[in-house]
Amino acid sequence: MSEAKQYKYIGTRSIRPDGYDKVTGRANYGADMSLPGMIWGKILRSPHAHAKIKSIDTTKAEALAGVLAVASYADFPSVADEVVASGEGSSNLLDLANNILAKDKVLYHGHAILAIGARTAAIAEQALGLVEIEYEVLKPVLDVNDAMAADAPVLHENMFTQGLAETPTKASNIAARQEFKMGDIEVGFAEADIIVERDFYTPTVHQGYIEPHACTASYDQDGQSMVWCSTQGHFDVRTSTAKLLNLNLNRLKVIASEIGGGFGGKTTVYLEPVALILSRKSGRPVKMIMDRDDVFKASGPGSATRNWVKIGAKKDGTITAMQALLHYEAGAFKGSPVMMGCMTAFTPYAVPNMYVEGYDVVVNKPKVAAYRAPGAPQAEYAAEMVVNEIADKLGIDPIDLRLKNAAKEGTQTIYGPKLKAVGLVECLEAAKNSPHYQAALKENQGRGVAAGFWFNVGGQSSVTLNMNPDGTGTIVEGSPDIGGSRASMQLMAAEELGMPAENLKPIIGDTENVAFSAGTGGSRTTFATGMAVIEAAQDVVRQLKERSAAVWNLTADQIEYQEGETFSGDNRMTVAEICAGAERTGGQITGRGNINARGAGPSFAVHLCDVEVDRDTGKVDVLRYTAVQDAGKAIHPSYVEGQLQGGAAQGIGWALNEEYVYSADGHMENAGFLDYRIPLASDLPMIDAIIVEVPNPFHPFGVRGVGESGIIPPLAATAYAVSQAIGLPITDLPCSPPNVLKVIQDNA
Amino acid sequence: MAIVIFSGELEKLTGDTRIEISSVVYRDMVTELVARYSALSRELLEEMAVAIDGVIIVDPLLEKLPEDSEIHFLHFVAGG
Amino acid sequence: MAKIHVNTSINGEVVEFLCEPHETLLDVLRNDLQLTGTKEGCASGDCGACSVTVNDALVCSCLVLGVEADGAEIGTIEGVSNKDQLHVIQQKFLEHAALQCGICTPGLVVSTKKLLEENPNPTEEEARYYLAGNLCRCTGYDKIIRAVLDAAETMRGAA
Repeated sequence: MSEAKQYKYIGTRSIRPDGYDKVTGRANYGADMSLPGMIWGKILRSPHAHAKIKSIDTTKAEALAGVLAVASYADFPSVADEVVASGEGSSNLLDLANNILAKDKVLYHGHAILAIGARTAAIAEQALGLVEIEYEVLKPVLDVNDAMAADAPVLHENMFTQGLAETPTKASNIAARQEFKMGDIEVGFAEADIIVERDFYTPTVHQGYIEPHACTASYDQDGQSMVWCSTQGHFDVRTSTAKLLNLNLNRLKVIASEIGGGFGGKTTVYLEPVALILSRKSGRPVKMIMDRDDVFKASGPGSATRNWVKIGAKKDGTITAMQALLHYEAGAFKGSPVMMGCMTAFTPYAVPNMYVEGYDVVVNKPKVAAYRAPGAPQAEYAAEMVVNEIADKLGIDPIDLRLKNAAKEGTQTIYGPKLKAVGLVECLEAAKNSPHYQAALKENQGRGVAAGFWFNVGGQSSVTLNMNPDGTGTIVEGSPDIGGSRASMQLMAAEELGMPAENLKPIIGDTENVAFSAGTGGSRTTFATGMAVIEAAQDVVRQLKERSAAVWNLTADQIEYQEGETFSGDNRMTVAEICAGAERTGGQITGRGNINARGAGPSFAVHLCDVEVDRDTGKVDVLRYTAVQDAGKAIHPSYVEGQLQGGAAQGIGWALNEEYVYSADGHMENAGFLDYRIPLASDLPMIDAIIVEVPNPFHPFGVRGVGESGIIPPLAATAYAVSQAIGLPITDLPCSPPNVLKVIQDNA
Repeated sequence: MAIVIFSGELEKLTGDTRIEISSVVYRDMVTELVARYSALSRELLEEMAVAIDGVIIVDPLLEKLPEDSEIHFLHFVAGG
Repeated sequence: MAKIHVNTSINGEVVEFLCEPHETLLDVLRNDLQLTGTKEGCASGDCGACSVTVNDALVCSCLVLGVEADGAEIGTIEGVSNKDQLHVIQQKFLEHAALQCGICTPGLVVSTKKLLEENPNPTEEEARYYLAGNLCRCTGYDKIIRAVLDAAETMRGAA
């Protein structure tokens, strides 16, 4: 590892290559594409949370002037009951189709039923109002407790709990049970001097990207279809859409627009297959845009959870046993990230005895999608709250308690392997030494500490680096850039080639002009696509040496390369000279990096939060916030800090305000940014970001993904700060004014 | 010899927690394990990821299993 | 329904268009005039991604009807830079990495410009409250506020 190595380009704060377009409004996002002859598609959504569809009559709607096509579930070619890979890992194709356009039952308020394509958006909207649907309304289940009750209405007659000793014969809303264990918790709890256990609740939350889902699709009878859309993974959109519509992959081009935020929520498809069906049936390009109401009601939220955690420790702070029982809502179709909750809940701790049981439960709410470290924030929230309570009860500093039990290289995890090099101890020490941790608190103020663990992933990435005749290069990559990753690709290529960053232009290719790349998710892009960039750059260097050797009548191993020049003895050539002469030495110089990246390094985070609580209203103000995280190596420190700060803000919102509010009959009542309140500029202080760099031994520059871990600690750091400020335990999120006030009043 | 460590459902299915295997490539290890345990199927194993000495690998078909390496099977999802 | 003829000025250029009475200024800008720099995040006035100025007042263009542009002067993100020369605010947003996905950036730049016209020397708190109508989900606002305060300082120096 090259800890002491000095870099010229990586680690600098360059101006992002796509920045000019974004500050001037020229960058084109999902809704910004229009095509000649284009029409508009709109979706009819269920007014009920749970109902059978008895009949649909579109006669009047189709008769409306300007209506050109109607799409429903029947327009999917026969859909197989199979699993396809997507950004969330995988989705069942039948469930995916059923979520995109309901087959015969609606399973949540806002569930898509059919779509209409019309000359204008207003006509499409008007036509939706003319569709006549007869429902048989069913009782909804809106919480895991209700859903798991013996007499609960069952969402899917053919769903039987998986993971039990014996497969049950009665259909259930419990999709699956998971279990992870190591050591013997009974022995561990017997050794404990103190045991704390509590129940926690976290509500349904939304990723809250500011850009709604949008696409423009064109179905060509010639068999060359195109989808332009806002997505975290256009190859995944291609896979899912082609499967659903029975297209060969080479007949569907997917172009990733600029993306206005995703946070996991844009790893699946909602509109794209529908727009293509409408385009096929109308013979016209079709644009579809969700409005904000649709986004909240029908796109990805994160799971609401009910989790119980029990932890035992000795008087000296040694944790002896950790146990959890996790219940995660999947929404209308199976597939909550409860397993990730099980695997992450206690991973910051080196404790020999652990047991975690998890349940994946369907309810009449939108199908959850990945949300930044999917499954981890909810489980780790419960765990970190109890760890803090133990520290308090033992009179031990919460950071010291964590240092005493901290996971490090070689620590056995509950999910199997031992950890490789990780930076939790370094993060805890940085937090402990921060000015923030030394600052005193006043009355009605409290401080919370929490740690967070996320795996990070690698996977497939493809990069083509085309060298131009003037010696500049174009980096074609396949990972949509959500947070400035093009800047880091540019810096890594510059470092490898010893060339100024501005001479290397990174672009995101579509599914036809770059090879397969997994989506931007799992904090993988700077790590995995970065490795592909490095490999492509090394491939270019190899060719530059070969071309120089040919010109000088030497062999490639006699050629050195440094800082944009080849040399051997007195011979010397610049990249520009080699590229200008490439046509005479063998043609175009193109580097390739088509890899399946191994060795993603986990990133640990530790956050500190100070709050002040108004005891009369329950309002919580965040006074000071520090986010510490192990980046391995920060390629572009500003955008790494940005990930830490953005994750913190999102987690603070989760802790303090954000929640889906449902009526008893399952209507989402706060589907807008006014009532689903994400943090505003006036809600937050500056967020101090401290980057720790414990290199990932499996990456050439030591990179770890940084995108996700930062959303994990804020839930407990913030909620525990609230509980410290009011001197009462907090268990349920959000710590919104009415909820905090209720805790205060209930204990008055 | 590499070592396979079973936990969770695989531990229940095999009745073992830690075994030595003779295979040196993942592909051959699956064949070896399926032959050794009637309760294991190729499909079951191949839909899981593995960790080889702590490095999680989602698609390990041709992965080498170094001498004395520890292999764990695990389910794995991609992230957001 | 008959379309209405509207005469207006957008970023100093005389513009005329036909629009339906129910069309918002945001829809007219984006769909009829192809000025897509103004973004739609909510269409209900809650997110500020569609911020523009109408007769020098900062508004959400999703809450203004297209016909209200008649006789008015409209300012959009497309008019903030001087041809190829970025405005100081835009430059500072880039230098401070005050954007990640960038969807909120046009609205924030328009709002910041208005803020600094009204208050060339805002405190951090004043900036945070003025920009509270512009939601950003990526950055946690830290780098945005730093960019705004730095732009203010630079503009005061140049004035």
